[in-house]
Amino acid sequence: MPMIHMTVNGKAVKGHAEPRTLLVEFIRDTLRLTGTHVGCDTSQCGACVVHVDGHAIKSCTTLAVACEGAHVTTIEGLAHGTDLHPMQEAFREHHGLQCGYCTPGMIMSAVDMVNRKGHELSEHTIREELEGNICRCTGYHNIVKAVAAGAKAMQGMAKAAE
Amino acid sequence: MSATGIGAPVKRREDFRFITGKGQYTADVNRHGQAYAYFLRSPHAHATIDAIDYAEALKMPGVCAIYTGKDLADDKIGGLICGWMIHSKDGSPMKAGAHPALAQGKVRYVGDHVAVIIADTLAEAKDAAEKINVTYGVLPANADTASAMKSAAVHDVAPDNRVYDWHLGDKGATEAAFAKAAHITKLDIVNNRLVPNPMEPRAAVGEYEEGSGVFCLHTTSQNPHVARLVLSAFIGIAPENKLRVIAPDVGGGFGAKIFIYAEETVCVWAAKKVGRPVKWTADRTEAFLADAHGRDHVSHAELALDANNKIIGLRVKTTANLGAYLSTFSSSVPTYLYAPLLSGQYNIPAIYAEVDAVYTNTAPVDAYRGAGRPEATFLVERIIEVAARERGLDPAQFRQMNYITQFPHQTPLIFAYDAGDFNASMVKALELADYKGVGARKADSAARGKLRGVGFSSYIEACGIAPSAAVGSLGAGVGLWESAEVRVNAIGTVEVLTGSHSHGQGHETTFAQLVSDRLGIPIEHVSIVHGDTDKVQMGMGTYGSRSGAVGMSAISKALDKIEAKAKKVAGFVLEAADTDIEFKDGKFTVKGTDKTIDFGSVALQAYIAHKFTGAQLEPGLKEGAFYDPTNFTFPAGVHICEVEIDPDTGVTRIDRWTAVDDFGAVINPMIVEGQVHGGIAQGIGQALLEGAVYDKDGQLLTASYMDYAMPRADDLPNYKLGFTETRCPSNPLGIKGCGEAGAIAAPPAVINAITDALGHENIAMPATPQAVWRAAQHAVMKKAAE
Repeated sequence: MPMIHMTVNGKAVKGHAEPRTLLVEFIRDTLRLTGTHVGCDTSQCGACVVHVDGHAIKSCTTLAVACEGAHVTTIEGLAHGTDLHPMQEAFREHHGLQCGYCTPGMIMSAVDMVNRKGHELSEHTIREELEGNICRCTGYHNIVKAVAAGAKAMQGMAKAAE
Repeated sequence: MSATGIGAPVKRREDFRFITGKGQYTADVNRHGQAYAYFLRSPHAHATIDAIDYAEALKMPGVCAIYTGKDLADDKIGGLICGWMIHSKDGSPMKAGAHPALAQGKVRYVGDHVAVIIADTLAEAKDAAEKINVTYGVLPANADTASAMKSAAVHDVAPDNRVYDWHLGDKGATEAAFAKAAHITKLDIVNNRLVPNPMEPRAAVGEYEEGSGVFCLHTTSQNPHVARLVLSAFIGIAPENKLRVIAPDVGGGFGAKIFIYAEETVCVWAAKKVGRPVKWTADRTEAFLADAHGRDHVSHAELALDANNKIIGLRVKTTANLGAYLSTFSSSVPTYLYAPLLSGQYNIPAIYAEVDAVYTNTAPVDAYRGAGRPEATFLVERIIEVAARERGLDPAQFRQMNYITQFPHQTPLIFAYDAGDFNASMVKALELADYKGVGARKADSAARGKLRGVGFSSYIEACGIAPSAAVGSLGAGVGLWESAEVRVNAIGTVEVLTGSHSHGQGHETTFAQLVSDRLGIPIEHVSIVHGDTDKVQMGMGTYGSRSGAVGMSAISKALDKIEAKAKKVAGFVLEAADTDIEFKDGKFTVKGTDKTIDFGSVALQAYIAHKFTGAQLEPGLKEGAFYDPTNFTFPAGVHICEVEIDPDTGVTRIDRWTAVDDFGAVINPMIVEGQVHGGIAQGIGQALLEGAVYDKDGQLLTASYMDYAMPRADDLPNYKLGFTETRCPSNPLGIKGCGEAGAIAAPPAVINAITDALGHENIAMPATPQAVWRAAQHAVMKKAAE
């Protein structure tokens, strides 16, 4: 089995993986980072979304070996200790989650959406951009609110960093 | 109202772990040395199993064991059960075919469990499964509800595939009402088959500890105690004191995780056989194939009106598909959870319902969010709307003139509605929806070449299930009370153990609000413990919108006992009779004095026990309660859907959604609104997008998210919510329940809106763009011809 090396949430990691091992399996089973979930296996539901080299991807349809040397961020890498990322905070503030299963993928997709589309997101844009993330609990009403608020708050974060 | 008390929109305490990826779902549980289970499933909808040859598979790398139905039978492991007995019209019991966890001699649906392969890795188990050679004798199969009774028998015990033919109501009185009717509205209705699809697929981790002889099962369950009861008493895994069932964080249920399935049964049994923990996680296609599905009714309904357009009778004939086996509570869904709701919000003097439940070669069908009540509501609210149109009446006014206005109200079908104000919800909904402006909006749409329609749904449901004696008399095999234990620690922090289970509902927040409010202590001092049979002694779990009405009532009852005991402790400390002690805002005070002691100090005094003798009072502060409700609860409301249809593409856009609900007392409005949003989304999903489709050979064509249209963010609108409140008189907190309302209310509102826009009634669920386009073209041509 090949040995794979990645930087996951800022930490250098390595582990054996078969050529058929999926990135999500490597993250969950080898690295034991179980915040990334599997909901559908066909890259439809988005519960498995992580960032690879700064872009959101569905880790259930990505081979682990294809990510050799990549920088991966999972939901566990978003907060700094108890300091939540603004998008995480927005989901809590706006009751954008119920069972929590789709939530890590939703948040990772939302952060990526802001990175690509900016901080002023219309409801139409958010709904369209969430096409690849399925939630069965919330009816999306509060998720849309959370993403809009989180996007704005990320602007504050960006300014604070400047 | 305090910032964290009853009625406050407290932010959820469980969220931190979920938004940081620290939730602990069953698939996140890993045990040292665990092996992985993979189920070989039937590719045929109906076949005999003539031989299973797995000799070669056993030699594959990593394989520890392969088991079939024979191994379960040899170990005297019983079959899966259906826990609700329904009797046919002639008094004969329902015809329950055997339901082994692994097939014995025959498979009855695609996805049925043929064998389990246990290996070091999941990939190895899957590889080995491909080496198993099963010789099938393919039999004729049927997946269709309406023709089931004319198809090949699924079980020998039911040669005509009829599980039962059941009825409810007064046939004679109903026939008499129809005989004198001035107008009769007739409607054929199909309630489409759905797949519940909680986002977390089902999973199980079975363990066996040789030293103690104790089994442990982590499972994705809405009711771990019921799972333990069934696995112990009926399936025979182990006695209850040797079986621990844990349902940790559960990623949505919607009914599908109530039931006791083959997979968890096999995992926990096999853990002892192979001497290793055994883990199974469903992939999504397995969830489509083998989770219990929902709905699937075919009905004919007739509504009788008098000359003044008062409803005088309703008769209904329904065929309900229960799939290939009777799932845990399946038999109750198209009977007692369905027909008694056919009175809706209306004063209908005579109702008669007949239900044939049938076997087909499909996945078992059981409760899915609403369970029977969405089917009843869809039927009632569709036929009411059609009747109003046939009589040229405004659908809102027609409803209002037939509403029940006096409470309590005994319907002709079992239920006594205890409280409500249906008209208040209608009036508020009409205002919030700007119903007066509909005409102008329709004209505006027409000017843009679009079709606009408005649809109502004036639903009622029976929740909080339910009084144990009542459901027992109707055939339930269990009591439907709930339990609670309140443990006050010596420094005044509190653990509450509840038999309810939270899988998205936010109990860790709402239940703590009740405790914080009642004991006058900070919400941070309260922990809610659930989902583990080693911690919580017994419970009935969460479904039927029962956790507030029944689960919290049990907590309330235990808190009453805590307060009574604490007053005694305070009396000894303050040297007063406990009858002279008042408890308010977390302080015990001797009436009319300034002698006072806070809750935490009383807790400490209860445990150090220096101020009283053992003969006077038992030390400690811990109380339990079982609460059995005195009635069902009856949440009700009005939903109004306004759609705009593009006749050129068939796309239905929901322009406005207004919901006014009466849930009785509300503990946390933020969470209640979230429940309503999610319910409506599932109801819109049923109406516009979702449908489980089997082909004529019983192959499931919709077995992934690429084939089964789940509602996505861009399919759905924002929702405008309003509330009215009549407190529920049958529980101490006045709660009616809110979990299923949206899913019950939404489908008829959508279809009534679409048919209003189209100008004819001929559209089935799901009203996909293709179906709506066809129907719209028909409407456009009809208009042109006029």
